[in-house]
Amino acid sequence: MSAPGPGEGVRHVSLRSGVYADSVRLMQVSRDVGARDGVTAVLVAMATPLNVELAAGMGLAPDGTPSPDELLIGIRATDDDALAAAVTAVDTALAERERSRATADAQPARTIGAGLDDLDPNTAALAIVSVPGQYAALEAADAIAAGRSVLVFSDGVPVEQEVALKRAAREAGVLVMGPDCGTAIVSGVALGFANVVRPGPVGVVAASGTGAQQVSCLLDAAGVGVSHVIGVGGRDLSEAVGGLATLDALAALDADPATERVLVVSKPPAPSVAAEVARVSDGLATPVRSAALSPGTPDLTAAVEALLADMGRDVPAWPSRPGPGATAAPGAVLKGLYSGGTLADEAMLIAAPVLGDVRSNTPLRPELDLGTDLSATGHVVVDFGDDALTVGRAHPMIDPTLRLEAIARLAASGEAAVLLLDVVLGHGADPDPATALAPALREAGLPVVVALVGTEADPQGWSRQADALAAAGAAVYASNAAATRHALDLLGAV
Amino acid sequence: MSLGGLLDGPPAVVAAGVEVFSGALRAQGVDVADVDWRPPAIGDAGDLTALALDPRRAAANRTAVERVLAAGSVLTDVRPAREVLGLDDRTLLHSGPPLTWDAASGPMRGALVGACLFEGWAATVEEAEALLASGGVALEPCHHRSAVGPMAGVTSPSMWAWCLEDPVNGGRAYCNLNEGLGKVLRMGAFGEDVLTRLAWMRDVLGPLLARAVRSMAEPLDAKAILAQMLQMGDEGHNRNRAGSLMTLRELSPALVALDAPSDDIAAALRFIGGNEHFFLNLGMPTAKLAMDAARDVPGSTLVTVMARNGTEFGVQTAGTGDRWFTGPAQTPVGLFLGDYGPDDANPDIGDSAIMETYGVGGFSMAAAPAIVRFVGGTVPDALATTERMYQLTLAENPAMAIPIMGFRGAPTGIDVLAVARTGWLPQINTGMAGRVAGTGQVGAGLVQPPRECFESALAALAQEARAATAA
Repeated sequence: MSAPGPGEGVRHVSLRSGVYADSVRLMQVSRDVGARDGVTAVLVAMATPLNVELAAGMGLAPDGTPSPDELLIGIRATDDDALAAAVTAVDTALAERERSRATADAQPARTIGAGLDDLDPNTAALAIVSVPGQYAALEAADAIAAGRSVLVFSDGVPVEQEVALKRAAREAGVLVMGPDCGTAIVSGVALGFANVVRPGPVGVVAASGTGAQQVSCLLDAAGVGVSHVIGVGGRDLSEAVGGLATLDALAALDADPATERVLVVSKPPAPSVAAEVARVSDGLATPVRSAALSPGTPDLTAAVEALLADMGRDVPAWPSRPGPGATAAPGAVLKGLYSGGTLADEAMLIAAPVLGDVRSNTPLRPELDLGTDLSATGHVVVDFGDDALTVGRAHPMIDPTLRLEAIARLAASGEAAVLLLDVVLGHGADPDPATALAPALREAGLPVVVALVGTEADPQGWSRQADALAAAGAAVYASNAAATRHALDLLGAV
Repeated sequence: MSLGGLLDGPPAVVAAGVEVFSGALRAQGVDVADVDWRPPAIGDAGDLTALALDPRRAAANRTAVERVLAAGSVLTDVRPAREVLGLDDRTLLHSGPPLTWDAASGPMRGALVGACLFEGWAATVEEAEALLASGGVALEPCHHRSAVGPMAGVTSPSMWAWCLEDPVNGGRAYCNLNEGLGKVLRMGAFGEDVLTRLAWMRDVLGPLLARAVRSMAEPLDAKAILAQMLQMGDEGHNRNRAGSLMTLRELSPALVALDAPSDDIAAALRFIGGNEHFFLNLGMPTAKLAMDAARDVPGSTLVTVMARNGTEFGVQTAGTGDRWFTGPAQTPVGLFLGDYGPDDANPDIGDSAIMETYGVGGFSMAAAPAIVRFVGGTVPDALATTERMYQLTLAENPAMAIPIMGFRGAPTGIDVLAVARTGWLPQINTGMAGRVAGTGQVGAGLVQPPRECFESALAALAQEARAATAA
């Protein structure tokens, strides 16, 4: 029935029996129909006393006393057409089925904690955290709380947070690799910047990413291989952290049946920490050898050679490509342009006793600091992977721009020099670094020596990269120590 | 097996941050799950980390949530609020955090006025308003007296209160009797019909329920009913149909057996059977018992109270005792009765968010797909909401199983730290009271707490964590 009601416009009031919908559905229908043009008021509801009273208040009261199991439809509209359309819309809405699927899209985990919750608790799992450093401890703490080890790639984590995380991890029986841990190999899985290395009996504990890559690649070249490479972060062997992760990693490798020997790779540790690591190592069933880079200790290659001797294995001729034999101009200086911090340190440690002071942005002694002038004259080794140079850009192992610019600048300066570079292959690194470097090296026209850290099985292929670099005039060595010594040879310094 | 088997074979990986690493791992055939990480939405990095690294936190949260899960709830008595809540004449309880008359919203004022009229402290609305404005009536949150009240939550000395006990932890909790829907005191209505109903509840219903409850050989197990409701399409906050009918079933034999006029018994049964929210006032103290069991656990970041007074939303946590962390109450989004619209709705009000605090209500939305349509949502939305809430909570309550989630337990025990990190706010189902005093209910819908509550709770917890670590 359509009739003028109290108030303006026309109204429709009807009752239907045998129709039931729950109140939520009906409120939804009321809302949808009420939103139509020309509709001024709608009540679609079961005719309970409460709803009949509501309808009366809206001037849409039904006649008589309806039964609560009847459906009350009350609509007011501006004109008959709008009213008829609204009544039809009510029928359509009531007949409509929900068409959506009855399943939810899985809600993505927002935190490491939630992500680990979704895993079978019996599955061995590792968390990897590469969020901005100020938030890294939050995510890492989730992993520890869930009884999982965590690799923290992020840098910029305050040292007291590192200590708190590592203490909590020790209590939970898990390991924190990092912060600022870029390299690890766990049960053959390469994490971050790591090489494709054959499985073998040597476990590596590394407070240095490129150091770990150098020794694992040499072990691969020697046909030995690694069981695991456990990164612990560059600060682990500092006084503040006290070797927490190194000691835990040593214990875990000692218990690991696949590990027969352990090599600990680091920059110079704090003396008290070095002593504690040595003390603990002596108590393990698995022999532990230290490869801590410092003045007067063996370089990384020598440490690997000593380890091979321990194992009764022959030391192979480390892979290399001889250069064109060009000698440097008289008075030439060493220019080391590195992407790996530990490799840069190693080069300086080898060169300094021969050349004298080598200046650097990561100097052996504070008074040799280059400051911001990376194009200073004289013997210089620059670490382009240093945090100060990677702000806002990718690591030089991925993005060669800065180093290519430095090579061009050096060539243009006319300073007589031997160029010493590292090129690091493996997962995460530039897929074809030689292609980017070769033209720059040709252009520079300087004697070039490259420490090419990688394996044949790496995605880039050691030989493929070595051949390309050699074709550009570089002498190429798998050993950074050998590369450095060759550069010194070219300088006529040995 | 050391390091959780990490060195025994290729591990699965869960990664947060830069995606290139995950790509390299997938290329090696590793099972990698990427976290949808984003910077924390609430709190500064220092506060968040102080909490994350607080060595007490894990154990404290475990203790707190275990108490919540273990808590039981049995109905032991029905008694006048005057006796059990220690209410003197001129004290009224209200929902949410502390409130003054000046700050009170329309429906809260309406309910307070109605209570003054009901108690005979004032003869007219004007007298009641003057009395309240002069501070002649002390106002106190229900939560300060181990009580909870839906919507305005106004509880006066002459009202009868459900008395529940937690046999496991020994707690007690109280709640007034539910008046039904529409024009009711708790929605801010105070007309003659409202007062007449309250008088009948005081004079007839309350005494009958008291006698019936005391006569029951087996006390009513409110937690068991709540658990069954989730199997029957209720979520225990906006939908209490099955629970109310089960309560009717439990109470009926004892009511019928009373030596009382059959007209009164019939009226009581009709009243209970006609009120689909009758159980809410038993569900709320059940949740209150569980959450109170988690009070005062130093170092715990678990939320023990979420409550609104129509003006402010308040939160308490296990690690910060009785402190309230408040922010402006939001206005719910939902569907409206009759001609009412969004402009008629008052901001969020009621202690009933204790249900979500306990993991039911909006958190168990998946159990009651009908409720999600309050915001024009779908069944998948309901499932998604519950899925999200699992990431905010410390445990799954095995007693509160949600059938459609494969009988997974309700997401229980909101972690302030998880709210801050995910940026997801707790989802609350709620009724909507009219903005103007005297209106009554205008609709129902969904609402979230204001961020401010969690910001200030997080800062206080962090400060407490730093103090404890330094000590």
